[in-house]
Amino acid sequence: MLSDKDRIFTNLYGFLDRGLAGAQARGDWSNTRELLAKGRDWIIEEMKGSGLRGRGGAGFPTGLKWSFMPKQEAPGRPHYLVINADEGEPGTCKDRDIIRNDPHKLVEGALLASFAMGSHCCYLYIRGEFYREAQALQAAIDEAYAAGLIGRNACGSGWDFDFYIHRGAGAYICGEETALINSIEGRKGQPRLKPPFPAGVGLWGCPTTVNNVESIAVTPEILRRGGAWFAALGRPKNSGIKVFCISGHVNNPCNVEEEMGIPLRELIERHAGGVRGGWDNLLAVIPGGSSVPVLPKEICDHVLMDFDSLRDVRSGLGTAAVIVMDKSTDIVRAIARLSRFYTHESCGQCTPCREGTGWMWRMMERMVTGDADLAEIDVLEEVSRQIEGHTICALGDAAAWPVQGLIRHFRPELERRIKQRQSVRVAAQAA
Amino acid sequence: MTEHANHQNGVEPATFAFAPDYLRQAEQFIAKYPPGRQASAVMPLLDLAQRQHGWLPRAAIDTVASMLEMPPIRVQEVATFYSMYVHHPVGEHHVQVCTNLPCWLRGSDEVVRACHDVLGVDPGSTTADGKFTVAEVECAGACVNAPVVQIGDDYYEDLDYETTKKILEALKRGEKPQPGSQTGRQCSCPAGGPTTLKKVAPATGGA
Repeated sequence: MLSDKDRIFTNLYGFLDRGLAGAQARGDWSNTRELLAKGRDWIIEEMKGSGLRGRGGAGFPTGLKWSFMPKQEAPGRPHYLVINADEGEPGTCKDRDIIRNDPHKLVEGALLASFAMGSHCCYLYIRGEFYREAQALQAAIDEAYAAGLIGRNACGSGWDFDFYIHRGAGAYICGEETALINSIEGRKGQPRLKPPFPAGVGLWGCPTTVNNVESIAVTPEILRRGGAWFAALGRPKNSGIKVFCISGHVNNPCNVEEEMGIPLRELIERHAGGVRGGWDNLLAVIPGGSSVPVLPKEICDHVLMDFDSLRDVRSGLGTAAVIVMDKSTDIVRAIARLSRFYTHESCGQCTPCREGTGWMWRMMERMVTGDADLAEIDVLEEVSRQIEGHTICALGDAAAWPVQGLIRHFRPELERRIKQRQSVRVAAQAA
Repeated sequence: MTEHANHQNGVEPATFAFAPDYLRQAEQFIAKYPPGRQASAVMPLLDLAQRQHGWLPRAAIDTVASMLEMPPIRVQEVATFYSMYVHHPVGEHHVQVCTNLPCWLRGSDEVVRACHDVLGVDPGSTTADGKFTVAEVECAGACVNAPVVQIGDDYYEDLDYETTKKILEALKRGEKPQPGSQTGRQCSCPAGGPTTLKKVAPATGGA
């Protein structure tokens, strides 16, 4: 278990003062000016050395991403940092706690990250429903401006830095970075083709980096304690610590900060009070938010919670949102509910996703009641493969994977329902 | 996918203008973006218009378009793409029940049932007195406090049938129930108290 001295989010639950004085008492903003004085290259090298992989779900190395930004600002093409707080992946609610309870970590991290990428301006895109959270963050931003920590000559460093909040309005797809950029520009939130990548052509056509809230909020502590400290936690290539969200059929659902690579079972039993009815009552877990394939109990018994361990069992860490389902769960209905979600959230731009998500949902609804042919399980699988990888953004993949995970691990359950329905029909005809 | 708005609802006002206080806020939003990028303020301005009017009429879309020098169709596109813009009158209390997987696993069906029993309407409908609109929404992003309902700008969390009923009945009486966890725990802390940082956190973390 992660020891308390290695924790970054020491006010995750908001027991302590959320304001500037409280944040400073916990060490935030303590030597920001000195960190900035060490220069852009030092910051990026420390971030690379920390091994931090993006906390928004894709797991791309953060330091490397920052290094893609141009070294010099071209005339008329300012650099931008955009922070993705469009948290909407079912199961995920970690950024909400960082924003409302530890906002100064985020504001300080935004300054350090912006400076490292030559940016004087950061926009944070927060989902529209998080109105109170946006207010809490704005209060922290106002405090930081008033104290001279951001704004002109931020922290006395000579670097000017502005931080703005942009509220979304209810579109899951805006969590995709190029859709998010389009949304800030005042358009429909539809993803853009890549390349060009945002580091070349992003917000208003200027060099832009989009990072998740958690990736930015851990930055000050990594720089303060050194990349090597962060890299020593967790496992190689899966270093550091992570906020996990544990929801569903556990005794005490909660968010908790833990070391990467913690066994799933230990995570659930130590922090969430265990599975409802005991570990043997576990049916399945979705380990990283709704987009990643479901895992049956026998895999959950041993799997470690990090990017590579979960990839090895054909799932993913995603946002580290652990959705626990006990044996009372109608697993087919559960996945069908996710199919409905992706149908609702498809932006409509690419045909395989626009048409395919609806098709999969309707098919899944028939699988719930067993009103299908056995051969249609393979058809469903095949259609999901036609969507996966054939769309501009990853929403198509995200819609396909839960269905594929269901077929991979719960095919007998799908077959049982179909056969049962057929036998009822045959009996009815005979009568 | 977002559905097209129905503008044939018979209640569309002929014109829309921002009240002075809202206009001042609109100008502050526009100032957040670089010169010439005022179109970026379309989302906050649509939100302001909706807050002023209660829902988003067609006339407000045209007003926002002319303020931001955007073609009205571009603003219309934005207004119909995002699910939080509402194109028809809604009740004073917009009760948005999350029924996505994490909420469903912890009993969002019971929350929907409580709405039905107290208000007499199902998701997608408004009560006869126009006070409550109930809607089913996708993930609200408070999954470890499931099931959750958003009413106006506030989240009500850790609900069950009885607590949902209590909240709705309080709203009916014109009271303002306390948002947040209805079991009394602090934010996303495990019920019974934190499992980490026990030395700095108060001894009693939750219910």
